[in-house]
Amino acid sequence: MRHPVGGAAEIAAHRAPPQRPAEPERPQGRSRPGNLLDVLFRTTTLCFAGLVLLLILAIGTVLFAEAHLAFSHFGLKFLWTKEWDPVRESFGALPSIFGTLVSSFLAILIAVPVSMGIAIFLTEMAPPWLQKPVGLAVEMLAAVPSIIYGMWGLFSFAPIMARHVEPWLKHHLGFLPLFQGPPMGIGMMTAAIILAVMIIPFITSITRDVFALVPAMAKESAYGLGATTWEVVRNVVIPYTRTGIVGAIFLGLGRALGETMAVTFVIGNAHDISLSLLSPSNTISSTLANEFTEATSHLYVSSLIALGLILFLITTVILSVAKLLLWRIERQVVGSVR
Amino acid sequence: MIARRLRKLARWMAPLVLLGAALPLGAQAHLMLHGGGATFPFPLYAKWSYEYARLTGERFNYQSIGSGAGIEQMRHHIFDFGASEAPLDAAALRRSGLIQFPMVIGGVVPVVNLPGIASNELKLTGPLLADIFLGRIITWRDPRIMALNPHLRLPPLEISVVTRADGSGSTYLITRYLGEVSADWRLKAGNGPSVRWPVGMASKGNEGVSSYVKQTTGSIGYVEFTYARQNGLATVLLQNRAGGFPLPGRASFLAAAAKAERQGPDGSLKGLTDQPGEGVWPIVGASFILIACDQPDARRAEALLSFFDWCFHGGKRFVDDLDYVPIPEPIVHQIEAAWAAEIRSGGRPVWPVAQPAARSGR
Repeated sequence: MRHPVGGAAEIAAHRAPPQRPAEPERPQGRSRPGNLLDVLFRTTTLCFAGLVLLLILAIGTVLFAEAHLAFSHFGLKFLWTKEWDPVRESFGALPSIFGTLVSSFLAILIAVPVSMGIAIFLTEMAPPWLQKPVGLAVEMLAAVPSIIYGMWGLFSFAPIMARHVEPWLKHHLGFLPLFQGPPMGIGMMTAAIILAVMIIPFITSITRDVFALVPAMAKESAYGLGATTWEVVRNVVIPYTRTGIVGAIFLGLGRALGETMAVTFVIGNAHDISLSLLSPSNTISSTLANEFTEATSHLYVSSLIALGLILFLITTVILSVAKLLLWRIERQVVGSVR
Repeated sequence: MIARRLRKLARWMAPLVLLGAALPLGAQAHLMLHGGGATFPFPLYAKWSYEYARLTGERFNYQSIGSGAGIEQMRHHIFDFGASEAPLDAAALRRSGLIQFPMVIGGVVPVVNLPGIASNELKLTGPLLADIFLGRIITWRDPRIMALNPHLRLPPLEISVVTRADGSGSTYLITRYLGEVSADWRLKAGNGPSVRWPVGMASKGNEGVSSYVKQTTGSIGYVEFTYARQNGLATVLLQNRAGGFPLPGRASFLAAAAKAERQGPDGSLKGLTDQPGEGVWPIVGASFILIACDQPDARRAEALLSFFDWCFHGGKRFVDDLDYVPIPEPIVHQIEAAWAAEIRSGGRPVWPVAQPAARSGR
């Protein structure tokens, strides 16, 4: 069932929302009562599975407990306060929440069309001798540690942005509020592009795997009716694989939301909210990465943990929405078949 | 079958278990002490512990996990010693039963990236620097900067301010200095390992600030002196309180360290930033060590204090190699007097140790 080179999908599957496992056909006849190894095996695997639930519960509990001080001190106002002042111990999460959501949204905006393009090319158009190497390259991109993307972003990509891309944007589109401020190469736009590069392999390899699942019969029939490749992709492949595509996008989004090191390097780390894509910003995870080590007071630490809790909740909500969406699409598909 | 396998396993494990049991006995000969915290003095602490282990066989493991984590570990008495960039106040020390003392002194320098302007050419005063970091002076051709640098051709560029994103000793020192020279700075930002910067972008670590400054024309940032030198960044001359513009470097840091004359009740050094005197660099400060006043194990406590004593004396020369400045001798006397007065193990004083392991070097 799996595409021959499905390594990234396997890696990605670890990060995927826990999926309801397809009910396996248990070989009932072979499990004799009293077979110690069988019982042991079942209990062990059950324990491991239970561990996942226990861990999530434990993480949630600890986050709630540790963030309590911050929320009791600032109230819910913590969520929409702009100020982040460690000296006066006045903390608000808004700039970090804003940065997290905007950078991830922009990254998805860039990554989805590119990934779809790669996946369509690989499954529908590439000659066989090209499929393997390009597919492998995509998976290797997924295996690059994020710190490498961060260093590359800071030392190679940011200067290019500062010298060529951003001045050009400012010159031609400088009248828009989106392109204000000096072109420093560091800021929201660079971070979003780096994030996009990081999530493209994930979205691509899953999309490609689900594209490969489309029955050849359906595609051949469409071609037989005189459809162009575009029409086949548009009317056969994509409708057939909608669920998988949405799943891939949300997986990418989940990764973008929590990405830390690469973003920390290039986003500029300013607790500030600005419409301009050129100005420095901040995300929840980069705030945590930067400030946790030297946070000495209880309230400071608690506020940082409260940020972590918010990220935890954002991710949970987004994954739930994704699940809901997938479920509705599935139902529609089933409905349309009837 | 399982039983047989278990027996087989047990046969294999037995020597390992015995070895495990024997290890603590073997380790009695040489101690392994753990410490952690501040990142800024890490290269020096690592060097010291390496040299000291070669000399005496006693090993000190220092982890640069950040001051916050170091202090937290010391609060729970998990490490043998902690290190912090910013001094804890006397009340916090009392609460946690800790004693604090400075270990090494270093300097922070403003660095700029301005085309056509080399290192140590641009002159700034404290209030000017504060106004730049407050976002009040926004271009390099500001009349106040031009008046101070009549011979320089300042480029018509906007000023991009670069700061440290992570909490750090460098930030603690420069904000302390800016607060001393500008009342507005005290009001708007204050002093701490991380502050709310009114303007600019921030990067992680000295390396991060160095690379942001290198990449952005028209930028100004601040780094620990070693990083400026290693990365070939253009440093700025700052006016000290005597009105001079000393070169940043060991000589002017030493001149500032010599001004540190007394230890506060919290063990911090009073008066290292913005000191009067010719040739004194204005942004200089110490990094601190924390240890418990009540030591559970006398032998470990003795080893710990002997190590720090060696760092102050025999280990001094490694300080120079790494661009830090050693703690002046009179202060070391005060510190060791405080050890004698405050550190106890089982009710008995630990310092002075009968035979310091390596008093004078080798």
